[in-house]
Amino acid sequence: MLHFAFLIPLFPLVGFAILAPVGKRIGNPAAGWIATAMVFASFIVTIIVLAKVASMPADSRLYVQNWFTWFSSGSLSIGAGIQVDPLSLTMASFITGIGSMIHLYSIGYMEHDEAFPKFFVYLNLFVFSMLMLVLGENLLITFLGWEGVGVCSYFLIAFWFTRDSAASAGKKAMIYNRIGDAGFLLALFLLIERTHSLTFTTIFSRLSSLSKGELIAVSLLLFVGAAGKSAQLPLFPWLADAMEGPTPVSALIHAATMVTAGVYLMCRVSPILHLAPDAGHVIAWIGAATAFIAATTGCAQTDIKKVLAYSTVSQLGYMFLAVGCGAYDAAVFLMLTHAFYKALLFLGSGSVIHAMHEEQDIKKMGALCKVMPLTSLTFFIGWLSIAGVPPFSGFWAKGDVLSNAWVVSPALWAVGALTAILTAYYMGRQYLLVFLGERRWKSEGSEAIHPHDAGWKMSAPLIVLSVLATFGGLLNLPFGSKLAFLDSWLAPVVGASLLHNTDSTAQLWFFGVADGVFALAGVAIAYSLWRNVVDRSVLEPRFLYMAWFIDSAIDRLIARPSTALAAFSATVVEPRVIDAAVNGVAGAFRLSGQRLRRIQTGYVRSYALVIVSALVLIVAYFMVRSGL
Amino acid sequence: MPVSLPAIPAIVTGSLASQHAFPYLTWLILAPIIGAVLVVALPKDLVRLIRSITYLSSLAVLGITAAVIDQFSTKLAGYQMTSTHEWAPGLGISWSIGVDGISLFLVALTAVLFPLALYGVAPSRNVKAYSTWMLLLETGCLGSFVSLDLMLFFLFFELTLIPVYFLIASWGHEGRNRAAMRFFIYTFVGSAVLLVGAIALAFLHQAQTGVLTFSIPQLEMTRLSGTEGVLLFLAFTFAFAVKAPIWPFHTWSPDAYAEAPASGSIILGGVMAKLGTYGIIRFDLGFFPHATTMLAPIFLTLGVIGIIYGGMVAARQRNLKRLVAYSSLSHMGFIVLGAFALTGASVSGAVLQMVNHGLYTAALFLLVAMIYRRRKTFEVSRLRGLQNLAPVMAGIFTVVMLASIGLPGLNGFIGEFLILSGTFTAHRWWAVVAVTGVVISAVYMLWAYQQVFHGKVTEDERAAAFPEISPRERLVLVPIVVLIVFLGVYPKPVLDRIEPSVNQLVTHVLQIDHATPSAAYHSSVSLKLGK
Repeated sequence: MLHFAFLIPLFPLVGFAILAPVGKRIGNPAAGWIATAMVFASFIVTIIVLAKVASMPADSRLYVQNWFTWFSSGSLSIGAGIQVDPLSLTMASFITGIGSMIHLYSIGYMEHDEAFPKFFVYLNLFVFSMLMLVLGENLLITFLGWEGVGVCSYFLIAFWFTRDSAASAGKKAMIYNRIGDAGFLLALFLLIERTHSLTFTTIFSRLSSLSKGELIAVSLLLFVGAAGKSAQLPLFPWLADAMEGPTPVSALIHAATMVTAGVYLMCRVSPILHLAPDAGHVIAWIGAATAFIAATTGCAQTDIKKVLAYSTVSQLGYMFLAVGCGAYDAAVFLMLTHAFYKALLFLGSGSVIHAMHEEQDIKKMGALCKVMPLTSLTFFIGWLSIAGVPPFSGFWAKGDVLSNAWVVSPALWAVGALTAILTAYYMGRQYLLVFLGERRWKSEGSEAIHPHDAGWKMSAPLIVLSVLATFGGLLNLPFGSKLAFLDSWLAPVVGASLLHNTDSTAQLWFFGVADGVFALAGVAIAYSLWRNVVDRSVLEPRFLYMAWFIDSAIDRLIARPSTALAAFSATVVEPRVIDAAVNGVAGAFRLSGQRLRRIQTGYVRSYALVIVSALVLIVAYFMVRSGL
Repeated sequence: MPVSLPAIPAIVTGSLASQHAFPYLTWLILAPIIGAVLVVALPKDLVRLIRSITYLSSLAVLGITAAVIDQFSTKLAGYQMTSTHEWAPGLGISWSIGVDGISLFLVALTAVLFPLALYGVAPSRNVKAYSTWMLLLETGCLGSFVSLDLMLFFLFFELTLIPVYFLIASWGHEGRNRAAMRFFIYTFVGSAVLLVGAIALAFLHQAQTGVLTFSIPQLEMTRLSGTEGVLLFLAFTFAFAVKAPIWPFHTWSPDAYAEAPASGSIILGGVMAKLGTYGIIRFDLGFFPHATTMLAPIFLTLGVIGIIYGGMVAARQRNLKRLVAYSSLSHMGFIVLGAFALTGASVSGAVLQMVNHGLYTAALFLLVAMIYRRRKTFEVSRLRGLQNLAPVMAGIFTVVMLASIGLPGLNGFIGEFLILSGTFTAHRWWAVVAVTGVVISAVYMLWAYQQVFHGKVTEDERAAAFPEISPRERLVLVPIVVLIVFLGVYPKPVLDRIEPSVNQLVTHVLQIDHATPSAAYHSSVSLKLGK
């Protein structure tokens, strides 16, 4: 069974290879169905492999498949191959599972788009890259997938490339990612220097050859890469702009899968992080700060997708908080449940945008629950889930992160708890403004719109995802190791959970009640403030709307000075320094010897003659010599 | 005194058997010349026949190259398929040619790019002269890469100069005369210094051994004092630094690349730039290991400056050809970095990257020429939204652009990766700074792509037809794209052939560098003799 694992990334690759050349001829909707079938096939294989691996003893759940040597140099040999273990299978199953649903949804969502087949070309390529990222048996295959998803994200953000904002957003995303990649690459170089390998198992067995400082350096450099990909401080501004892409893209790439790649990477290299606790503190605090800042920013957004974008940044912050605390299983748990409810919320917002004829301003919506009952209900579930209202999945996952944070530092826990209240609040504000309150759109007259729930292709994924968002907590209940399926499943890869060594029933209940209170408090505040009110400018200050001006600060402090430096190089250094120096030298020669002027008259030609005739002579000589 | 020892280096004797085999390399050099002679003999107006002969001779080169790659053994580090004939024994000059892992794929690159350039972007004016110059240029490039005699190398190296001058001056764009002149003066000065250096080296070798020779393997065994080494190193490196170009000797290149006809830009950026870095690796590392090691930090720094400065200036260009020219300066900086980092990985990466850079730079110049053919402009401000009109061309441009940015899975990545990781181990902080090149290249390439291909097209622009890429253009671009993908996914066969030669060279450099002057001589000899 296990040797079929290569099919997992192969199916979407085949989809890409079919659709890229002939997708246009296959057309709409067949191209979409082929793409969806490929991802679904890959999901089936993943589940089969997962079942097989689960049936093996816990300590032997690792299967490496080497396809060929990608390249080698000296003692370094990089294979192209995949590694099947609990972590990679967990990732692969939700990527292909949620991926197939979003593919299905897209067939409905994109049905009127001229470039329908191209959309699925990119989507299949994305799924392939994402699977290589999580399945790669060495860091360079991970990097291959890492860059692949980055490029697909660039293609898909700029999908409607005739819009300048979309084209610029795509470019911005790619450049921010490249900044992170520079860190990633340096980490790879350091690992190669010290361990002569990039294969995960080999690196981990040779960690003793890294000094303490080097371990911290590798951890933090990889985190720089992760911060770029997963939109952590200060590399997060691209994610809000990325909402220029079609909404299924936001759901798949910028919520459920690609942006969690950084979290995956941290979990994958947990043996390194484990030896660098100082790096862990940095990661935890950056995660907590990102979670808080993004949550406050989410409170002031008016674009339905930007609220969700900042909410994603905030949730990713939680995941890094967990990673920094050494609670990798909690990070993966939150990643999974987040994939459920955030994909649900994004797809729901897509249905709303579709129904509202591309309107994205929540202030212009309202009272949609009557005309879009299914979307409204599923979005409601998404809200309660992300808010952490028990017993929805977010409650269990966020609770897991917070109680782990408490073990490391109560201060971290406090930031996380505050963010939890904010999360319930800003999502509540969004829900109330979109689905309840006054109707703020025209149902009569020339600009009238008649919003309604979408067809089954867009509704079915909403239903499946809301079921997952509701019951996702069952994956990892904190009531003893028998119910903590995810913890024990991941333990061979990321080590045993921190918490279970220390917690007591009293503590468990204390945190459970506290988390529930935070969630309900946020919900209640939102309800009391936004039930019937559309404008509360005090609660939507420009400072928060502009995301603490971090984007502007980066623009002022880095982008503009670099642009100025480039301009200076191009317009001053190049012509007036370097070229002037060369001309000066040439001029000096010209003065000292007027003969050189002949270069400008006939010298080139005579020189040419000399060289050509010399060559002819050589050739002739050899022809004679060798008796031709 | 082991004076007579170096007379028959092992490298040459090791493959004596191939002397009697078919003289592939000689024919490789002769094929374009024969084509050129035929073309010269034909009357001007038989354009079709002239073109056919030109294509055929360049395809013959490609065929012979395929045979050479097929015959090439991955097990040998030294020169293969050598053939040596006395030419001017009194002057120590011989017709000595051969390939090793360092030159093999540069020959292949030349053999691939010439037919594509000839077929893809031929001017309609004065075809006879154009074809003659192009074929002579191909001979010059091939001859430079396979010469095992320094004087022979010099002749071929110079031979490239004249055709390029005329290609720019006769078929170039508006500023062609100035650009051609600058190109000529710059490289000519470089060559003059190189010639002086070459002769001086031969005389020093003669003084030590009593033998006057320009044989490259033998000259590698010359003992040089510190000062001699440094002076000769500088003489050689100056010529190569101009050719590559290395910052700050580059100012001729944006003019020449931009004003040259498309085929000229392709060959200048794709092949001839590599003559510079090839020269550095072959001669600086081979002849002056001590000086190279000593002065490496300076050239590493110049390489890094080139990467960043070239990228930044590229980001300010509004002319597509100039943008590609400055991007080339930036990418050549990586190759310089790899060469002077002097580790097996970095030098192998540099050699591989020469091939990679040649492929995607050629493709970029081809694409820019195709845009020019349709819109008669290189100005970014006058182009936009082309993806609406020509999605296939946009797709190919995207692949090539991503290769140049260094996306894993495409060819640009592995070269850059090996260069940087090799540099990192030997000269950490240069690699750390150079990594920023990864970000900068994305900035200017994506900017250019957005300006040219993204955005709306107005009705006027739609009316001014921008035809989709033609079958002929496809035929030219597809082979490069295939190679870009192949070398990105499976570079192993290429690296396997590059590595033995590079490792031998790097060992040679390090042994000489770490040994005392007299011991250096012996270790060098024993190395050459295979111990």
